[in-house]
Amino acid sequence: MDLSTLTIHEAHERLKNRDFSAGELTQTLLKRIEEVEPKVKAYIIVTSEKALKEAEQADMIIAAGKIAPLTGIPLAIKDVLCTEGITTTCGSKILSNFVPVYDATVVRNLKRAGAITLGKANMDEFAMGSSTENSSFGHSHNPWDLSAIPGGSSGGSAAAVAADECIASLGTDTGGSIRQPASCCGVVGLKPTYGRVSRFGLIAFGSSLDQVGPLTKDVRDAALLMNVLAGYDPQDSTSVNKEVPDYTTFLKPDLKEITIGVAREYFIEGIDPEVEKAVREALNVLQSLGAKTVDIALPHTEYALPVYYLIAPAEASSNLARYDGVKYGFRTEKDENLTAMYKKTRSEGFGAEVKRRIMLGTYALSAGYYDAYYGKASQVRTLIRRDFEEAFKKCDVIVTPTTPTPAFKIGEKVDDPLQMYLSDIFTIPANLAGNPGISVPCGLTGNGLPIGLQVISGPFEEGKVLQTAFAYEQNTEWHVKKPKF
Amino acid sequence: MKISRDQVEHIALLARLEFSEKELEAFTRQMDNILTYFDKLKEVDTTLVEPTSHAIRVTNVFREDEVKKSIALDLSLKNAPEQEGNCFRVPKIIE
Repeated sequence: MDLSTLTIHEAHERLKNRDFSAGELTQTLLKRIEEVEPKVKAYIIVTSEKALKEAEQADMIIAAGKIAPLTGIPLAIKDVLCTEGITTTCGSKILSNFVPVYDATVVRNLKRAGAITLGKANMDEFAMGSSTENSSFGHSHNPWDLSAIPGGSSGGSAAAVAADECIASLGTDTGGSIRQPASCCGVVGLKPTYGRVSRFGLIAFGSSLDQVGPLTKDVRDAALLMNVLAGYDPQDSTSVNKEVPDYTTFLKPDLKEITIGVAREYFIEGIDPEVEKAVREALNVLQSLGAKTVDIALPHTEYALPVYYLIAPAEASSNLARYDGVKYGFRTEKDENLTAMYKKTRSEGFGAEVKRRIMLGTYALSAGYYDAYYGKASQVRTLIRRDFEEAFKKCDVIVTPTTPTPAFKIGEKVDDPLQMYLSDIFTIPANLAGNPGISVPCGLTGNGLPIGLQVISGPFEEGKVLQTAFAYEQNTEWHVKKPKF
Repeated sequence: MKISRDQVEHIALLARLEFSEKELEAFTRQMDNILTYFDKLKEVDTTLVEPTSHAIRVTNVFREDEVKKSIALDLSLKNAPEQEGNCFRVPKIIE
C-alpha cells in the first residue's frame, strides 16, 4: 500500500503499531512530491531537510511511547501562515524574501502536537482569488483535470491533499478559500467559527472574516486537526475564550437529532445542473440517516457578494498599507525619494488583483463614499447575520452546494473579475456572519470533476457540522475516490 | 459612469500605487463594472439597522502592563531591505 494515501487516523494507528516510522512516512511523501509536483505545482517551497529532522524527533517521541494523534504526521501549510525560519511569501512578490522570526500560533500548536511540515502551499496572492491563478509563483493545477483550476485561494493546500502530496494541510478562508478549493479538488475543508482559531501569525487580508482551518482526506481528520487548532490565544484579541470540545466525539453514524435547513436561495438559476442533482441526492442520503429537513429562508443571500466585495477590499486596503518597502519584504531599486519608493515598491510588488482590491477598498473608505459603500455594506451584513440567526431557530445545520459550478479551466475567468467573484457566492455568507462551514465531496460530474456539499451551522457548533458531514461521508464513497493523473 | 479616470488616479495616489495609461484605462472600466454591480445594495432598506463590523461581539481586551520578552534587535532588523546601525534605512525624506 502506498503510504502517501493514508489519512491522519490511519497513519496514526500504523505509526503506533510501529508498522513504519515517521521518517519512512515523510520520505514516502517527499518522494511523492518529487514525482507529481511538476504536474500539480501545489507547493511554493518544500522543506525536505527540516521535515526529515522533525520526523526524527517524532520517531523519538514514538519510541518513548508518547505518541499523540498528530505525532509524525506530515502536513502542508498555506504560505499565508508565518513559519519561523521558512520564507512566507503569501503568494506575493512583495514578500518573496520574507523570513518570519516567529511561528503563527496554529503552526506552533501543530509543532507541539508533533506534526511535521513538508512545505508551504501555493495560494492566490494575499489570499485574494478563487483559482490560485493570482499567485506570483505560477498557478497550481487540479489533480482531477490538470487543465482546470484547483480553486482558491487555498488551491495549493487542496491540490496537495487531493494528489497525496501530504496527509492533510492548513488553509485559510475569508470568503470561501478553504471550502471552494476543497470542493474543486474533492477533499474535505472546514472553516471554523470566526474567533475559534487564532489568527496570530496569519498574514491579514480581511481581519473580520479570516479564519484558519483544515483540508483533509476525510471528516475524522478534520476533527483531529480542529482539536489542535482551536482555542483561545491571548495574542489574538478576537479569539474567543470558550472551551474546546473533543471534536471526534461528534462523529456519530446517524442524524436522528439533526434538522437540516434547505434554503431556496442556494438553488438559484445559473447553478450547474449536475451540481444541483448531486446536492439533492445528498439531501436524500441525509434524510435516510434520520435527519429531518425543513425549508428555511435566507432572503438577503443575494446581497452577500456585493457586501463581501466592499468589506473585504476595504479591510485589505488598510491591512496592506504596511507593505511599503521599509521594514521587510521587497523594495524597488528606483527609490529616489520616499514617496516614489512607496509607490514603486507597491506597484512592482503587488499583482493586478491585489491592486484592484486595494483600489476598491480605498475608494469604499474614502471621504464622500464611506457611507454609501462601506457603511451600507456593514448594515446589510447585519441583515445577513440576522437571516442566519432566524434560520437556526428552526434547524441545526443548513445544507447547500459549496460552489455553483465545478472547477473551471485555467485562464477561463482571469480577464473578468466579476465572473471570478461569483465562484464564492455560496461560501461568502458564512464568513460575513461568522458561522462555521464544511465542504465534503458529494459527487463527480460527467467530466470527472468533484462536486462539494456545504454544511453550515450556528457559531461554535462545529460539532453539528462535523456530525452531519461524517454521517454522510460514512454512507457514501466519494471521499475515497482518487484522481488519476 | 460610476467612476472617472481622474477619480481612479486620485484613489491610486491615496493607495500609493501608480499605473500606466493602459492599466488606468482597464482599472477604470473594471472598477466601473464592479461599482455598478454594487448598486444592488441600494435595493435594501437599512433604515435603523446597526452596522456589523465583526461577526462576533468584540470588546476591548485589557491586560496588565507587564514587561515581557520581545523580538531581539538583530532579528527585528533581519528582514529589512536596507539597514544602517540599528535603524531601518530609507530614502531621503526632507529635501
